[in-house]
Amino acid sequence: MFLARVIGRVWATVKDPKLEGQRLLIIQPLTPELTETGKRMVVADSVGAGAGELVYCCRGKESSFPFLPAEVPTDTCIVGIIDEMHVNRSKQTPC
Amino acid sequence: MLIARVIGEVVSTQKHESHKGQKIMLVQPLHLDGSNRGDAVVALDAVDAGIGDRVLLVTEGFSAMTSAGRPQSPIDMAIIGVIDHVELVE
Amino acid sequence: MILARVVGTVVATRKDPRLEGKKLLIIKPVTPDGKDEAGYVVAVDTVSAGNRELVIAVSGSSARMAEGCKDHPVDTAIIGIVDTVSLDEPLPKSGKKG
Repeated sequence: MFLARVIGRVWATVKDPKLEGQRLLIIQPLTPELTETGKRMVVADSVGAGAGELVYCCRGKESSFPFLPAEVPTDTCIVGIIDEMHVNRSKQTPC
Repeated sequence: MLIARVIGEVVSTQKHESHKGQKIMLVQPLHLDGSNRGDAVVALDAVDAGIGDRVLLVTEGFSAMTSAGRPQSPIDMAIIGVIDHVELVE
Repeated sequence: MILARVVGTVVATRKDPRLEGKKLLIIKPVTPDGKDEAGYVVAVDTVSAGNRELVIAVSGSSARMAEGCKDHPVDTAIIGIVDTVSLDEPLPKSGKKG
């Protein structure tokens, strides 16, 4: 899974019938430091995320599981809205 | 599986049912020399790892889901081991 | 499947119970003519491979079809030790093929 910010929305009238009723959002993947990384993409949404929100997304076949038993043809899906993040790259436990 | 370092934690209230009650960590995959390998990712924690720990990151759905105890859920990565040490040939 | 060379071992005490007793090896992909490629992966060893040995590894959900890995959290498994590799024609200069 990876971090991203919701930056837009897509409407499509002609689409796969299994995509009916699905919200399609545009996201920008981010690093934990919130800098942009990688390409923007269109994703499905399983949690009701809105514009500008920080979210995390699931990739691959697993991203269609929130919609089961419907088999939605999606490859990336928002699975959580982030309230807070704690990042500490300097800490390293001895091993 | 990849070697990675836990660099943070994510707090989320509104998330998929299967992620509720799970620890969601920010994890930085590493090269063998300890440098960063690509961008940090978000993974569920199946072994109670802490920030700073070097861990084993599984990057395949079924393995991740079942180690987190949530089959058929949107989980594509999980921490499934805390590394004690790595031995390299050269 | 990929050709790879065993370059190390990972030791983890706290891990998914289904990984207990499994040997975790670090493997580096190699080209068919034996040159190291970038990257590495930690794989479960099902054939008792040793350090520096050339092996065949399978990744993704197919890794769980390896001996003793059914329903286990395994995304890459070592499933063979390579004796020899023979190529009908030399690899192109760019090094990458297939």
